Amino acid sequence: MKIHEYQAKELFAAYGIPVQDQAVVTEAEQAREAFNSLGDFVVIKAQVLVGGRGKAGGVKLARSADEAVEAARTILGLTIKELPVEKVMIAPAADIKKEYYMGLTLDRAHKQYILMVSKAGGVDIEELAVQRPEEILRFHINPLDGIDASALKACLEQAFETPQLLEQATDVVEKMYRLTVEKDCSLVEINPYALVDDSTLLALDAKVNFDDNALYKHPDVEAMKNPEEYSQDEIDAKEANLSFVSMDGEIGCIVNGAGLAMATMDIIKLYGGTPANFLDVGGSSNPEKVLNALRIITRNPRVKAILINIFGGITRCDDIANGILMAMKQIDISLPMVIRLIGTNEEEGRKLLADAGFEVAEQLSAAVEKVVSVA
Amino acid sequence: MSILIDENTRVIVQGITGRDGSFHARAMVADGTNVVGGVTPGKGGEKLDAVPVYNSIADCRKETPVDASVIFVPARFASAAIREAADAGIPLIICITEGVPVAEMVENYHYVQRKGLLLIGPNCPGLISPGKCKIGIMPARIHKPGSIGVISRSGTLTYEVVYNLTTAGLGQSTCIGIGGDPVIGSSFTDMLELFEADAETEAVVVIGEIGGEDEEAAAEFIRHKMTKPVVAFISGRTAPPGKRMGHAGAIISGGKGTPEAKIKAFSAAGVPVADKPDEIPGLVGKLLARE
Repeated sequence: MKIHEYQAKELFAAYGIPVQDQAVVTEAEQAREAFNSLGDFVVIKAQVLVGGRGKAGGVKLARSADEAVEAARTILGLTIKELPVEKVMIAPAADIKKEYYMGLTLDRAHKQYILMVSKAGGVDIEELAVQRPEEILRFHINPLDGIDASALKACLEQAFETPQLLEQATDVVEKMYRLTVEKDCSLVEINPYALVDDSTLLALDAKVNFDDNALYKHPDVEAMKNPEEYSQDEIDAKEANLSFVSMDGEIGCIVNGAGLAMATMDIIKLYGGTPANFLDVGGSSNPEKVLNALRIITRNPRVKAILINIFGGITRCDDIANGILMAMKQIDISLPMVIRLIGTNEEEGRKLLADAGFEVAEQLSAAVEKVVSVA
Repeated sequence: MSILIDENTRVIVQGITGRDGSFHARAMVADGTNVVGGVTPGKGGEKLDAVPVYNSIADCRKETPVDASVIFVPARFASAAIREAADAGIPLIICITEGVPVAEMVENYHYVQRKGLLLIGPNCPGLISPGKCKIGIMPARIHKPGSIGVISRSGTLTYEVVYNLTTAGLGQSTCIGIGGDPVIGSSFTDMLELFEADAETEAVVVIGEIGGEDEEAAAEFIRHKMTKPVVAFISGRTAPPGKRMGHAGAIISGGKGTPEAKIKAFSAAGVPVADKPDEIPGLVGKLLARE
């Protein structure tokens, strides 16, 4: 789960990570009051859940209340990477002397947390990692052992050259780690972590992502969820307990299992078609799930054909067949449908569908070839 | 031979009285697995068919030796179950459960590792040595005893590949689902090492997917340490970056975990990468013929 910059900064403030005062507005005119309370020079930033706001014109400076209102109006009218800007954050414009990068995330390969620090802050860290990897300092934290203070000092000393800055940075790392552990964050990033006068470091931007699997432990985090992170279809699918991702192609897919669902999309592409979605109905055999899946897929106007691919293990093919037949009665499906059933109770499933006039494939490649030809 | 499990493996089921636990415990028994007990706190003394249920692994261990434990408890109790098995010193712990928070898994990983035990999963279908032992949820009948090792991050996609292998007459020594989460107990490399040392295994199929860099590490291992032929498959070639494709670990993030990087790594290691699951038996057959 992702949250906005302003939400991340509220969390930072709660954890004692130094941030600036801020105001969040949804109407341009509200920027006037915000300007008056924040000083005589402010920055106005689009709050969207994607990167690249600056390049898209989503960050502006203002030296008067009128300018602030104007900037807010412009930014609130933007759509950045398909997401309309609904909120802007206003904060004092900082006099930046130097920018650092600090990010704490999971190192999957080493199964530890990894702190990344760079003196080349403000840049795209992914680009930096590819082009100048030597400029990124890396520090691992094993949660069973916690932070090794002397090792952390040795790492941070290479970036923060005065004792004063080192002390602030160390304190911030400890707080980032506490936040990560306590709230199950998958990423805590400060970029830039900026030196704003000769001795003060501030988090001028903030990015925090959370582990979806741990949200049940944190109702306060869940309350920060932003609906625009997901498409309406994705939200409805989640409610129906389906794993779903919207794509922009023409063939609607219903598959059991995430790996097979991905492979099915890949094979569609291989045969010259385009998948309209990723959909995993999961391991259970509830016919209702198939019905819900078909309901979500058929309302997508781009979909020209449907492929159902089931490899029955725990999932029983006859239950899937019953779900399809139930859906045919309850929703009007005029799209061509190709069904592939194999595994547990495949004979029963095939018979149910054959009796209703469906052709059922046995081989995946043949089924994909067919659905691509009718789409 | 086979790796990790065979006809002598004594298995217990943690969460045996639950909906999934009881269903799959029965299926494992029906498929010939030596299930010596089950654990559900508060249900000690009961039985699931002929399988005795204990309150704890410690209680179970007083009655019988245990070689492996399979965990079917809900996600919020999975870490406690893994720790219980680790504290009891069970050499092989398999966690089927999906949805364990990753921070817990990071700790569980090191906890199990420091005790010198092996964890498979979570979010996995388990493993099977066809004709000998099944610890997990896969349909046993699509498998066939033989000499191909299979390692996968997925469930049903593994069934698809195994089905294609079996149909082509290529039986399997052991098939392992290592799990679809970002942090899992055993990696491709850990399993490749075991297959390389296994006298019965002649070739290995690696079924990877987008996310992380475990496939790249496996390719490195194959290039330098494997003498047996390996064939790979990567799913998620059409997945958009930044989106989690069902599995918690199947996500291209920060420019890492792309299918291109994985395919390139395997190709550089001389490992053929199939475009479709039904191409795998042909590629395996070709490599075996060359041996």
